Amino acid sequence: MVNETKAVVEGALNNVESAKAIGAAISIGMGAIGSGIGIGLLASKALEAIGRNPEAASKIQTVMILAIAFTEAIAIYALVVALIIKFV
Amino acid sequence: MEISLAPETIAYLGSFPITNTFFITIIISLLIIITSFLLQRKINLIPKGFQNILEWILENLLELIDGVTKNREQTRKFFPVVATIFIFVILSNWIEIVPGLGTIGLKHFQEGKEGIIPFIRSNSADLNMTLALSLVVVILVQFIGITALGVKKYTGKFLVSPLKKPYFVGTFVGALEIISEFAKIISFSFRLFGNIFAGEVLLTVALTLVPYFLPLPFLLLEIFVGFIQALVFAMLALVFMKIATEHH
Repeated sequence: MVNETKAVVEGALNNVESAKAIGAAISIGMGAIGSGIGIGLLASKALEAIGRNPEAASKIQTVMILAIAFTEAIAIYALVVALIIKFV
Repeated sequence: MEISLAPETIAYLGSFPITNTFFITIIISLLIIITSFLLQRKINLIPKGFQNILEWILENLLELIDGVTKNREQTRKFFPVVATIFIFVILSNWIEIVPGLGTIGLKHFQEGKEGIIPFIRSNSADLNMTLALSLVVVILVQFIGITALGVKKYTGKFLVSPLKKPYFVGTFVGALEIISEFAKIISFSFRLFGNIFAGEVLLTVALTLVPYFLPLPFLLLEIFVGFIQALVFAMLALVFMKIATEHH
């Protein structure tokens, strides 16, 4: 059973196409984790701030959108690396 | 379904390849130039119709920029660049929603298989365009800083002498600032490129799987993402310009 698993994994890693697919998947998968947590934190703090001070809602919203774009950019870098691995 | 990172050339002008994204860039630029030229000819004091819409857009942009700079003088200086960046990028981003993405194009034969070179490909999904725009913005920020503060004070932000107050920490932070300027170029270009290119791939795949009705949420998402990315590019450019004109 161990020998069969070894053969399958070796086959997958020796084949360039499948190695590319695995690489691309892992890249974007791990990259999205940090970004997702970051955006969640941002949005929660922003909602909290709006709840405390509903008058400043539009100011908070503007800054929140800017900060979310920064955080999302990190996940986008991971996505670009995944696309480069897969298609170039 | 062909997905390629680099834009595809559709024609050659002498030996200069004209890619489909270059073609779209020219169309969008001509659209903006001709619209503003025609509008400038007969401006009514009380706007109606199309002029009304454009004035509403520009007024909102002016208020947005005012919110960041808090200084009408400075807003007037920054407004042309920032508003142009916003309008150009948002039109480029929204081109990918136009029907015909990846489907209408020229046939070409590659490696024995028949493929298609699409006519419509958003020019923000071309790293050439986003890199060019981000280089323009970052170099413009340096010039704005130099005109506002003078060469000595502006370079004094980056090259802090180790013999003055914060000693070596100051020099280190100054060097870090120089590196972060280069990081801004990369981050500007890749943020816009990644978002729009990923959106195009998403739309192509969704439309390949189920061509009718089901891709509607993805199209709505792309409208939203296009708007947000244009806003973020313009606001980030504005914020960097504002920071460059401030004393340390």
